Amino acid sequence: MNKKNSWLNILSLSFILLWVILASVPFLWTLWGSFKVESDFFSKQDWRNAIFGVRTIIETGGMFTTNGYEGAWIKEEFWRAALNTGIVTLSVVTISLTLGTLGGYALARSGFRYAFWILIAALIFRAMPHITLVSGYLLPFFELGLWGHLSTTIIVLVAINQPFTLWMLHSFFSTIPKDLDESAMVDGCTRFEAFRHVIIPVMWPGVITTGLFSFLLAYNDFAITALLLTEANQTMVPKIASFLGSAQEQGNVMFAVAAVVSATVPLFMLVMFFQRQIVSGLTAGAVKG
Amino acid sequence: MFFRTILTAGAIGLLSTASHAGCGIDSGSVRIGGNDFPAYQAVAEAASQCAGGGVTVSVDLNKDHKDRQVASLTANPAEFTSSLANNSALRVLMNDGLVQPLNNLVAKHASGLQDMQFVTVDGKVMAIAYMANAQHLFYRSDILNAAGVAPPKTYEEVLAAAKAIKDKGLMEYPIAGTYGGWNLGLEFINMYLGHGGEFFESGSAEPAVNNAKGLATLNMMKSLTEYMNPDFLTYDSNAVQADWEAGKVALTNLWGSRAGPVTDGEGSTSEIESNTKFSSAPTVAGGSIPATTLWWDGFTIATNISDEDAEATFKAMMNGITTEMAVANAEKANWLIKGAQANPAGVGVLASASGGALPYPMLPYFGAMHTAIGAEIIEFLQGNESAEQALEDVEAAYIAAATEKGFL
Amino acid sequence: MPHYTFLKFIWPSALAMLVFIALPIMSTSVQSLFIEHEKILETVENCTPFGCKEITKVDLEATEAQKAENPLGKFNGFGTYTNRNHLAFSELKQAWRESNGLNEFLAEVFNLPFYKALSFTLSYTFIVTPFVIIIGFFIALAVNRLPSFLKGPTIFVCLLPMIITPLIGSLVLFWMIDAEGIIGSFLQSIFNDPNLSLKASPTLTWIMLFVYGIWHHTPFAFIVFYAGLQTVPRDTLESAMIDGANRWGQTRHVIIPHLMPLAVFISLIQIMDNFRVFEPIIGFNAQASATSLSWLIYNDFRSGDGDMLFGSAAATSMLTIIGVSILMTPVIVRTWRANRPSQGVS
Repeated sequence: MNKKNSWLNILSLSFILLWVILASVPFLWTLWGSFKVESDFFSKQDWRNAIFGVRTIIETGGMFTTNGYEGAWIKEEFWRAALNTGIVTLSVVTISLTLGTLGGYALARSGFRYAFWILIAALIFRAMPHITLVSGYLLPFFELGLWGHLSTTIIVLVAINQPFTLWMLHSFFSTIPKDLDESAMVDGCTRFEAFRHVIIPVMWPGVITTGLFSFLLAYNDFAITALLLTEANQTMVPKIASFLGSAQEQGNVMFAVAAVVSATVPLFMLVMFFQRQIVSGLTAGAVKG
Repeated sequence: MFFRTILTAGAIGLLSTASHAGCGIDSGSVRIGGNDFPAYQAVAEAASQCAGGGVTVSVDLNKDHKDRQVASLTANPAEFTSSLANNSALRVLMNDGLVQPLNNLVAKHASGLQDMQFVTVDGKVMAIAYMANAQHLFYRSDILNAAGVAPPKTYEEVLAAAKAIKDKGLMEYPIAGTYGGWNLGLEFINMYLGHGGEFFESGSAEPAVNNAKGLATLNMMKSLTEYMNPDFLTYDSNAVQADWEAGKVALTNLWGSRAGPVTDGEGSTSEIESNTKFSSAPTVAGGSIPATTLWWDGFTIATNISDEDAEATFKAMMNGITTEMAVANAEKANWLIKGAQANPAGVGVLASASGGALPYPMLPYFGAMHTAIGAEIIEFLQGNESAEQALEDVEAAYIAAATEKGFL
Repeated sequence: MPHYTFLKFIWPSALAMLVFIALPIMSTSVQSLFIEHEKILETVENCTPFGCKEITKVDLEATEAQKAENPLGKFNGFGTYTNRNHLAFSELKQAWRESNGLNEFLAEVFNLPFYKALSFTLSYTFIVTPFVIIIGFFIALAVNRLPSFLKGPTIFVCLLPMIITPLIGSLVLFWMIDAEGIIGSFLQSIFNDPNLSLKASPTLTWIMLFVYGIWHHTPFAFIVFYAGLQTVPRDTLESAMIDGANRWGQTRHVIIPHLMPLAVFISLIQIMDNFRVFEPIIGFNAQASATSLSWLIYNDFRSGDGDMLFGSAAATSMLTIIGVSILMTPVIVRTWRANRPSQGVS
């Protein structure tokens, strides 16, 4: 038994090690490469150049260069995009969760059959390809003068994110015993008061987990932000895409790499900070089918 | 990218008084939209010098402009008073009547333009062109010398040169081409025009590519791919340029706007750069015209705006395409503007144009044809279907799309 | 909960979805039934910096008159759905009549853009989804066995592939798998084939996209399963231990049944997301070898220099929704059954 267990331990350890390597190597590679010049990191000669920085030494005189970061943050003013992403992400997460908790709670407590059909409709809404949605928005937004503003994009992202948020929070609220709020209502609370005083204090783990997924959606969105925002309001991901060049222009790929590394930092901090809550939020039943 | 700031009257203060006087505009709103690359940026920046007094100028350049141009100009009032366009974009805007004829504005305010800058349809000026671009031949003189061949003038010579380079062991894949996605369709169009082909039955939207010239075009493309990196179907201009700068390629038909960047002293060795030479796009199959398409870029004025804004925009754009702007940004494009100095990296574009290369067709239904070609000839190049089948597929895909657009 | 209270809670969320998703879906479904009016063409002279030429152009006045009469366009019924670029009924019939043997027929079918895209979309969905669930499950089991001081950092690293935007993730990997890139050269030396290129052959491109999909989605399954593992009742596990069940027995009889609802949730989301696979095809420039339904829509909107095929894109969008609905039916039926006992308790 013991021998078998130790074998199992080794197996499971090596499995996890393999995954950790697979998951982290591309990021470490990008991080390392962001301090090289383009002809090293994207070397057509020999990939080892990315490690030893042959061309970096020739072109900049040192093993490492911060040209990519300077170019992105100072010359191309990437901080504006970072600021816009901050505004968009924060608003989307807050609004999504507010609407989602109210709706998810109602769906979990309704007891009528239409609640189930609303959930199914939400799933079907989620099936609509985003690119079709955004192409449909363009003309009305231009006509109404809504195009280009951060607020328009925020509302669109909130709406697109609602189906997933509703499903997740609905499952979560279903795991909170009904007795909790119903006994409060017996004591004379209205439904909303019961929600506020009884449910809100216990719902945070599920809300945080759902919030993380809303955050990722808003933070990483490209399809919608690329077409709905003006240059001045651009968020990080379309900005990074604009560094990549087009048929007419080569672009500054190293700016993009440096920007990608920069854009990943807040995600690192977020996951580090919330990982305990994410896990406990899920534990509390946020995603029970 | 550099002028995200919306220049308003208040924001510029004193400085603007002088410059806006130069534009001669009293009031109006100028809103410029377009693709995002250095030449457009230069034009837009010069135009935004007109801000001040009662005039506001805003600029929004975006790589995805083509995806929003129709919607933004369909709205009333249009989001952009001027949309920067090329052959293909103007065709799309004109199909829906989204840009206005400029004849009156030209008569009143245009001075110093060259005749060639007017893009006219049925006698109406629809756009003012300011720069030209085309794909043309890039070659490595040192490699060709080592292989003992002269710079090729025809695609048959390109193949022979590639064979010589490969046989001598100088390079494994001497040719590169932009054979990925949208570019692939354009490569076919270039080569087919070089063969003297016609895409449609004359005067109608019926397709006519399934013919001997179409087959010859496909076979020539296939022969070229045999000397290309096996990943050729994923290659865009950036990938070709990267291979070029790494010295892996000796012959390519690449955009004139890339000629400057491959000889700019960055990303490559001086040996490669000093031996990079440009010439006209090659001819093919005994044809007389270079197998490439010529592109112009220019500005248009939206239909759905007030006359005041149209006039202000026209004047501001005229200020954007002055000789001074072209001289100050000589290396960014092949300017068509009077008094502009020739761009040293622009010889290939000029040679192709003077060789009689054709402009990219402005037929209303050409977009559907371009898309159909790009999507349907892939399997032939992968060796999975015959050339006849590929051309049949092109016509079938085109017919479905053109029917939906109301052309058939 | 009374209907009125329910409405008070749900209206903001419902309104947002109605305006920004339900309305667009409805207008898309209407749009898919129409094509543009017949364009009236005229031949005119066109002059550009490169000389003058006769071209045809759309006669706007004549076309506008038609448009004013019927702004939606020309009614085409399901014509767009059945044309060659979509379900291609008549091409299928013809292929069936003219081909000798199934192989030839299938070759004809997969030469049609819709079926080509559908075959990749379905393969991707049905290969990536199970792998994601199985690998995610085993990673969760393995992480759960780690000493607690290692758990935090490991969870963090394991989540990395999910939190990066697909556009950028695939860009970096695209360079790494290049024949000259680190992974590309590595594979060449393993298989001892200097000409091996992942981007050149359709089969290898498919495999590469599958692997990327699995890499990108596995963390989602992992984190959900890991959380589920924390809720496995300890006493059930212990009683299984007393009954002499070994590790595998425990896993099979206690853990897997407990995590089943989560597996359903994950497969629901995964099937849906994988059926809409799109970003990796763009990121890897793989459209020559692999196209998906979402890519077809993108191609209708983006390939024509702004010349958008709205009807065609609308038809493909509706077909995507129908496809997702069909794939989800088993899961929905299951949810329906699971929900039934709680009905009518309000």
